[in-house]
Amino acid sequence: MLKFEHVSKRYPDAGEALTDVSFHLQRGEMAFLTGRSGAGKSTLLKLIAMMEQCTRGNIFLDGQNISRISDRKIPYMRRNLGLIFQDYKLLNDRTVFDNVALPLVVSGYNHQEVARRVRASLDKVGLLGKERKHPLALSGGEQQRVGIARAIVNKPKLILADEPTGNLDPDLSAEVMHMFEQFKQVGVTVLVATHDIELINHLEHRVLTLDKGHLVAS
Amino acid sequence: MMTQIRRKHAGNRIVELFEAYLLNHAHGLFSSLGRLTRTPFTSAMTVLVLAIAVSLASSFYIVVANVEQLTGNLESSNQMSLFLHEGITDAAGQKLMEQLQQNPSVAEVKYISKKQALEEFKANSGFSDALNALERNPLPSVIQVLPRNALEHSEDIEKLMADFKQLPQVEFVQVDMQWVARLQTIMLIASRGVLLVSLLLGFAVTFITGNTIRLELQNRQDEVFISKLVGATHAFIQRPFLYTGFWLGFISGFLGWLIVTVMLLILESPVEKLSTLYNSSFELLFLSFSEFLLLLMISAALAVLGSWAVLHYQLRQLKPQ
Ligand SMILES: Nc1ncnc2c1ncn2[C@@H]1O[C@H](COP(=O)(O)OP(=O)(O)OP(=O)(O)O)[C@@H](O)[C@H]1O
Ligand SMILES: [Mg+2]
Repeated sequence: MLKFEHVSKRYPDAGEALTDVSFHLQRGEMAFLTGRSGAGKSTLLKLIAMMEQCTRGNIFLDGQNISRISDRKIPYMRRNLGLIFQDYKLLNDRTVFDNVALPLVVSGYNHQEVARRVRASLDKVGLLGKERKHPLALSGGEQQRVGIARAIVNKPKLILADEPTGNLDPDLSAEVMHMFEQFKQVGVTVLVATHDIELINHLEHRVLTLDKGHLVAS
Repeated sequence: MMTQIRRKHAGNRIVELFEAYLLNHAHGLFSSLGRLTRTPFTSAMTVLVLAIAVSLASSFYIVVANVEQLTGNLESSNQMSLFLHEGITDAAGQKLMEQLQQNPSVAEVKYISKKQALEEFKANSGFSDALNALERNPLPSVIQVLPRNALEHSEDIEKLMADFKQLPQVEFVQVDMQWVARLQTIMLIASRGVLLVSLLLGFAVTFITGNTIRLELQNRQDEVFISKLVGATHAFIQRPFLYTGFWLGFISGFLGWLIVTVMLLILESPVEKLSTLYNSSFELLFLSFSEFLLLLMISAALAVLGSWAVLHYQLRQLKPQ
């Protein structure tokens, strides 16, 4: 599903953030990406989300090489991904419904289909009653769940989460992780970058560990 | 059976995509208008500046069109005026007129004696008191000659003019066409000038709209980033902005037309008064309906162009982080 082959990433005048990283995630596999601050976790996720380009090596997403993808193809490729961020990245001037609907609207689904899928998605994260609310009227945990609902509404093949529990208390974190496990159950590949060692140890999943840009354990 | 179902399914998806596309356009059209009204002050300022640029260009245009209309009436006349020497008596003048009438190139002649010329001048100029104070009549007698229509070429006119100049009674010959021609040349320069100024003002509309859209894009950066991250194409992201540009241009075009029309309405009655003073049937020309439509189209198109250029460049630069 996701394959890194000798991938390196150098930021202009900031040195190498990733060095010779290789790994392979199977379809329906769930993995944690961990390491110290500055180890390159976010950078690795950005390469997959096509927000940055790697300097060397190849990245395959569902068999397609995305390391040299053209700008024109990126939007279509991104529709296979569900992205979840520590700061949620919600549009605060739109309702929960509109936020979750965004990936469907940009892909050109009709009204009924959008409404149906958004409800299903909000149902999965337990926010069905809050469609008409605005994000700022929700708690941090609820906002994160809106972000998760948005990430899964397009039925992505791969979910990427960067510190999804960074702002949540342990109970909420466990809940979010439980949701990810459910996605894994239905065949979605999940990659979660996190500091939270305790959480990782508690759950039995594959762990990719980065140290100063090198993959030291997988 | 399966392939049939699949094909039908694919067809449905295309119809769905198309419907969503149209809906998205309609939504973009109206939501961008709504967005403009949400920042009424900024929008009004931008629209006003654009409208002034549009109205400047179109008022230059309409002024030239009006003057052209005026000179257009003069076009056909290539009447000549033969000014006679001081000493020529009325009888001699009349005789010369009859003689000229025989000329096959001449269609019509009219003799205006010194006295008639003075009377006419007094009546029309409003200087009658001043002229009464003059000891003697300063005006010469004039024979007005209208050449035959066949003489359209300027060489023929010039030949006729040279012939008339040879006449001993004639002091000098003036062809009205000469100043018409001069006026027309001036008008040609003026309409070119209008074109250049309009071009400049058109650039202004393009750049002002482009800059407005650039600021709007900056204000909505988050929305652009997030849309990009969930798989929006540039075409999708830029659509509402293009519609904003469209509305700015369209409304400014309308407002510009309104400004010009109000100015013309204000000028209409004094122009009419002046026109009757000159016994002229001149009527002030307004922008026609098709010119109005053209104005709307041009200002909307320039605004969209400016927006598009900015979006084309800026959307590439805006990378989510
Ligand atoms: N846009 C950028 N430009 C230049 N250098 C960058 C950029 N983004 C990250 N870096 C550098 O790359 C290295 C890895 O950064 P990255 O954000 O991937 O770390 P991280 O593992 O996500 O850290 P954290 O746990 O603090 O989020 C760091 O040294 C950082 O300074
Ligand atoms: Mg990070």
